[in-house]
Amino acid sequence: MAGWRQLLRGCRALLRRSDAERDIADEVQHYLDEAAAAHRARGLGDDEARRAARIEIGGVTGVNEQVRGFGWENAVRGLLGDLRYAARGLRAAPGFTAVTVITLALGIGATTAIFSAIYPILIQPLPYPDGHRIATIWELSADGQRMDGSYGMFHAMAERTHAFQSLAVFKPWLPTMTGSDQPERLTGQRVTSEYFRVLGVAPALGRDFLADDDRPQGPRVVILGDRLWRRRFAADPSIIGRDITLSDTQYTVIGVMPARFENVLGPEAEIWGPMQYGLSEGRTWGHHLRTVGRLRDGSSMAQAAREAATLGPAILTDQRPETYAANAAFTAVALRDDVTGAVKPALIAVLIAVTLVLLIACVNVTNLLLARGVHRRGELALRAALGAGKGRLIRQLLTESVLLSVLGGLAGMVVAWFGLRALHALSPADLPRAHAIAFNPAVFAFGLALTTVLGLAVGTIPALHAARSDPHDALQHGSNRSTGTHGRIRASLVVAEVALALVLLVGSGLLMRSLQKLFAVPAGFEASHLLTMQVQTAGQRFNADGATVQFFTQVLDAVRRVPGVTTVALTSQLPMSGDDSEYGLRLDGSQDGYSTFRYAVTPGYVETMGIPLLYGRSLDERDRAGSPPVALVNESLAKSKFGGRDAIGQRVHIGPTDRPPYTIVGVVGDVRQMSLTLGPPDAVYTTASQWIFTDPVMSLVVRGQGNVASLAPAIRAAIWSVDKDQPVVRIATMDDLLAASAAERRYALILFETFAIVALALAAAGIYGVIAGRVAERTREIGVRAALGATSGSILRLVLGEGFALTACGIGIGVAASAAAGRGMAALLFNVSPLDPVTHASVLMLLLVVAAVACAVPAWRAVRVDPATTLRSE
Amino acid sequence: MAPDSTDVIQGTLDLLILKTLSLQPLHGFGIARRIEQVSRGVFKVNPGSLLTALQRLERAGWLDAEWRQTENARRARFYTLTRAGRKQLESEEADWARRAGAVTRLLKADA
Repeated sequence: MAGWRQLLRGCRALLRRSDAERDIADEVQHYLDEAAAAHRARGLGDDEARRAARIEIGGVTGVNEQVRGFGWENAVRGLLGDLRYAARGLRAAPGFTAVTVITLALGIGATTAIFSAIYPILIQPLPYPDGHRIATIWELSADGQRMDGSYGMFHAMAERTHAFQSLAVFKPWLPTMTGSDQPERLTGQRVTSEYFRVLGVAPALGRDFLADDDRPQGPRVVILGDRLWRRRFAADPSIIGRDITLSDTQYTVIGVMPARFENVLGPEAEIWGPMQYGLSEGRTWGHHLRTVGRLRDGSSMAQAAREAATLGPAILTDQRPETYAANAAFTAVALRDDVTGAVKPALIAVLIAVTLVLLIACVNVTNLLLARGVHRRGELALRAALGAGKGRLIRQLLTESVLLSVLGGLAGMVVAWFGLRALHALSPADLPRAHAIAFNPAVFAFGLALTTVLGLAVGTIPALHAARSDPHDALQHGSNRSTGTHGRIRASLVVAEVALALVLLVGSGLLMRSLQKLFAVPAGFEASHLLTMQVQTAGQRFNADGATVQFFTQVLDAVRRVPGVTTVALTSQLPMSGDDSEYGLRLDGSQDGYSTFRYAVTPGYVETMGIPLLYGRSLDERDRAGSPPVALVNESLAKSKFGGRDAIGQRVHIGPTDRPPYTIVGVVGDVRQMSLTLGPPDAVYTTASQWIFTDPVMSLVVRGQGNVASLAPAIRAAIWSVDKDQPVVRIATMDDLLAASAAERRYALILFETFAIVALALAAAGIYGVIAGRVAERTREIGVRAALGATSGSILRLVLGEGFALTACGIGIGVAASAAAGRGMAALLFNVSPLDPVTHASVLMLLLVVAAVACAVPAWRAVRVDPATTLRSE
Repeated sequence: MAPDSTDVIQGTLDLLILKTLSLQPLHGFGIARRIEQVSRGVFKVNPGSLLTALQRLERAGWLDAEWRQTENARRARFYTLTRAGRKQLESEEADWARRAGAVTRLLKADA
């Protein structure tokens, strides 16, 4: 109750200030009158009585102040006063305010945006219960590359494992939903029954897969993703139990996943069906599935990795099929590392870069506030002389800094918001968990806390400075003289700023050089004028023998007739598209297995792509089903597996070994399959008709004239003229695919460049500020020098010399720092040494030029100092 | 000012105000004069401290304040002890008695 009273009275005093003050004044006046009356009663005269009363009270104003100073509202009033005063001060110095607020906004905004983006990827736990207990299991090839696992291995491991509570395998599934105007190809996954239980997420509607769903010839059931359910079925809850048509087959919907379900193992997947594999099928031991598992309580990730490493080979000893390589190794890694591992170095580098920007911003703001402190020494000294206490002065200056920080923080939030949108727009397609990036409240709080702490930290320095200096001394000396320590602090801040900017500039320079070199890497084919798209067959009409082959043949014929098309071919996997189809390669008569990219192509593929034929012959119409199986190999395979001997005429098994081997008839140039950075791996090419099965999904490559992208609609129409129910997806020119494969580096580069430009601008502002301040402080000295006969040249040297000395110091420290930082960036660099001399030299030149420009204006001002004026003003 | 008058003992001003008001409602000057008279001029109340203390006690809910006419037809702020104030007075009186007794015992023991 007393608390309420406190609050109410306080608020009343605040809101109706004049009333409250009049009450106090009246009460004091009444007291005075009564006291005077008492004196009069003792026989004093009127005037004397009043004087005696006033003496007794000790000054009406003082008492008024004392009484008014009581209560919490008074502190609020003081703060408001401080704020008003600070706001007035900032308005009076618009240049200083604007530069400071912008500096803070850039620093805080960039940091907030980057932290928002990185938080879900690197920091936030995966969106699964006990997400850290989920692991992926990998098979490692002889050269340590991760390979997909097999159903047979998964099944055996699931029976024998102790470290895992449950295991699941999954593979992509691309069913076509027909029935509406245009066929829609859905992205989904075929999973074993434990999949969702491994992730720890249950359907929001209906039921999860059961073991009984997941057997050969099991029921045709699917679980829908929330997005698909809303898009195609209007979020109708009665969908459970209904049939839908996928690729001409009826499936029963048994469940719908919750909206918040995030599938990091297949972010695009929106429909799931059971795997329904048996143990006696050809594909049982084929490497085409990914394995994921949930750790049993009490077992660690390290235990799981050890178990996988021993259990895998043990299983192979017991039941290794003919086709399985004997030298396979196994491991388990945390799902989180698996998902984010590839982008982690880039993100950490970006994080470091943005931290540097923030540091530079802090240094700059400190410098600005220090400079302002110098200008205000007179004012502060006057206030101290008039009786303002140290604490009062510090409080006032801190209020001003916090006000600046809050302004900067608010502007920074705007920067962060736009920054996040830019990050979204720029982010490479394969950035994991990209859609989880959002302006999150935690980061907002982080940004605000940062602003306040920054304001307090930065504000303290000038406040302490001002409070420490002797008002008497300061008043006597006027306002614009430098003090030694003051100048040194600011000079060292500039040195720090230059050093930090150099680190950022070198970093972005190295990235730029990497990207240059990356695009100079030959892809192994003629990328320009190539249009690609994925065509597939789906539905029961293709179950008939040869129907798929016939469809693809007709598609080739139809596309060939499109005006503007020069040549056209199909391939089972397309370079740079993310396709990754690898098979075991075994030399005839040997036991050793190698992993190799396998391309099932139509004749003319090598020619359409522009892959050079080095030896032998290419594939052509003679190589059809029934004729002797032949293959092309790439140069690196020919060199590594056949030593110096000519590969042509050698016989190899690709995939299963129980079929006649392929005879190598030609050697073609290396092609980069996964990205420009990964070295050329082994590759084999066979004709689609001689491959062990018919791929239902093929990529069409079209070489045309002029702008090939404009051919896309005509080509699609040609395909649909063959069968209007077959989806055509992933339409892209090869140039686009190449650019996308470097997207991650480009992303890092754009961010680095932005940060580096900001850093450079801030450093330039810092150098300018300090040198301009120094010239202003030394006007008198320069005037005396000029009067004593110093030439313009020597004065110029004096000013520029100081600027360059600071810059040189910063460069020295920066070079050492960037050498250390460069090693951390190594993972992002491509064919560029972290100590690359070209980059360093150009950055040094750039910094020197910027320093010269920053010093030019103050130097010019110094030269124009009129000795007569300065001396007279003394 | 009597030469032997002193400021009110630190921390006892609240107690003295509450005690004074427990007899009858008074305005600020009235309280000061009553304290001086009853203490026979030993205690001298500083007006600033007194008025501030009145504000504080009023905020705490121990006093009610009200503008009223005095007998010589002037407007004055009169203070009345509330029920909570009476309780506070009892506890402060007990506390004071305990402490004063302790001090007295200590002084006697010394002699």
